Amino acid sequence: MAYLGVLPFLAFTGLFLLYPTWSVISGAFEDNYGVRSTAMLREIFYSPIARTAFGNSLELSLKTAVVGAVIGALFAWTLATGKPGGSFYKVSVALSSALAQFGGVMLVFAFLATFGFNGLVLTLATKYLPSSFLADASWLYSMNGLAVLYTFFQIPLMVLVFLPTLENLKPQWREASDALGGKAFEYWLRIGIPVLTPSFLGAALLLFVNSFSAYATANILINLGDYLTPLQIAIALTSETGGSNPAEAKTLSFYMVVVVVIAMSAYALLRKKVSKWEQQR
Amino acid sequence: MKQSIGVRIWRWSIISVVALYLLVPLYAMYDFSTKPFGFADQGRTFRAWQMIPSQQDLFPAITRSLITAAIVMAIILFLVVPTAIWVHLKLPVLRRPFELLCLLPLAIPAIVIVVGIAPLYRWISINLYESPITLAGVYSMLILPYTYRSLSALDAVDIHTLAEAATTLGSSIARIIFKIVMPTIKTGIVNGSFIAIALVLGEYTISNILNFKTFQVVIAQIGRSDGNVAVAVSLASLLFVIVLLLVIPTKKRQGSVLDVDTI
Repeated sequence: MAYLGVLPFLAFTGLFLLYPTWSVISGAFEDNYGVRSTAMLREIFYSPIARTAFGNSLELSLKTAVVGAVIGALFAWTLATGKPGGSFYKVSVALSSALAQFGGVMLVFAFLATFGFNGLVLTLATKYLPSSFLADASWLYSMNGLAVLYTFFQIPLMVLVFLPTLENLKPQWREASDALGGKAFEYWLRIGIPVLTPSFLGAALLLFVNSFSAYATANILINLGDYLTPLQIAIALTSETGGSNPAEAKTLSFYMVVVVVIAMSAYALLRKKVSKWEQQR
Repeated sequence: MKQSIGVRIWRWSIISVVALYLLVPLYAMYDFSTKPFGFADQGRTFRAWQMIPSQQDLFPAITRSLITAAIVMAIILFLVVPTAIWVHLKLPVLRRPFELLCLLPLAIPAIVIVVGIAPLYRWISINLYESPITLAGVYSMLILPYTYRSLSALDAVDIHTLAEAATTLGSSIARIIFKIVMPTIKTGIVNGSFIAIALVLGEYTISNILNFKTFQVVIAQIGRSDGNVAVAVSLASLLFVIVLLLVIPTKKRQGSVLDVDTI
């Protein structure tokens, strides 16, 4: 009898979550007519276009995860060492919460207003540094431009994810290290960094998944269908040049899911390590 | 706590670099949206800001997004949360599968869900009718991990004793779930609802591909005809969210809105 209580939820998740997931995964092993085959999987695997897009996606996600994680962790450290509950802390956390969700349409407009044609920095650069790359908006539409944009939402996300960990560092450890004659760098080298590493890597993996799955920002900034895998999926799904290709969209999606599942499993393993010293939260 | 000179130099250089990176684009948005119109190259004009109310598509889109958010919240309140409590109370065997199901969307990027749901969505729009309900269904799945996180308070409260006491006093199961257990985890539910609103108002991927004119899709559309107005709308909504986040007391939010850390 008690099992009846979960039926509505199961039906709902079945319709909106399990069915789509299943349809993508099983669809990757079918052709466009529903016949079982691995032809599409192989075709995509060897397709140079898909490979380039996948490589771009991985490169972009790795770069922005590393840069975002390092800068975000440093900024979280300034918050953790500042006055707890002070106005700087409050404003920074609120700003981070808002900006971590800022990806997409509004982010692109913010950067076009900064570095784009007629933007703030571009106008200043054409006046004072006409020979620098800032005087020309084209860099914004490249890999580096996308990376700069993505980092903009990666840093605040890192702050949000990493701040609780830093706040859980026990001051007693630092005191013990100081009392035993340890220097500041020795504390960080031998205690701080080893203790924080699993959390840091876990957070970096979250950031990686976050940018690997991102679609909106790239879609609005560069309308090039083949540049990143999410863009390629959208094109395959809603092709404007006649004839969408659902099997291709599903196969590309399947490869994306494989990467995300690997990253999230590594994340779950790392979290287990972390919870040993963080248990009493 | 007295900080050494070295620490202070480090702190301030990090703060200035990050602040510069995060705040310059925000200031540039203000600058861009108040740029003089036409050939004038001096002074400021609030033309773009004044044009916000006359954007025809904007307000229907905001209404549509808010309605979607309300449906998402209803799904959370009347389906996800009661099921979580039900599993806790009656079906401890299912706790682990329930958790896995709730965390599954973390492994499925939004674009992949769209690929899976597009045929179903098209079928519903053609054969039934087009409504925000389908969209809300997909959104509520996307925030399932966050909802699940915000329900972690269920572990802290001894809901079994509460439920037993209530049963002894003659409460029905519905009353236990909605009137007795849910109020004890109110903070978590409020957090979850807040994330729901933030997600629905900021979502672009799914609504764009499914051809649904939500807030973000319309901003992008405005951007194609008048960049200044689009920038003004973006800045206005961002400032609105930041003020909202500052007003909500930090302590009650249990750390951060996006407490993905402990997933």
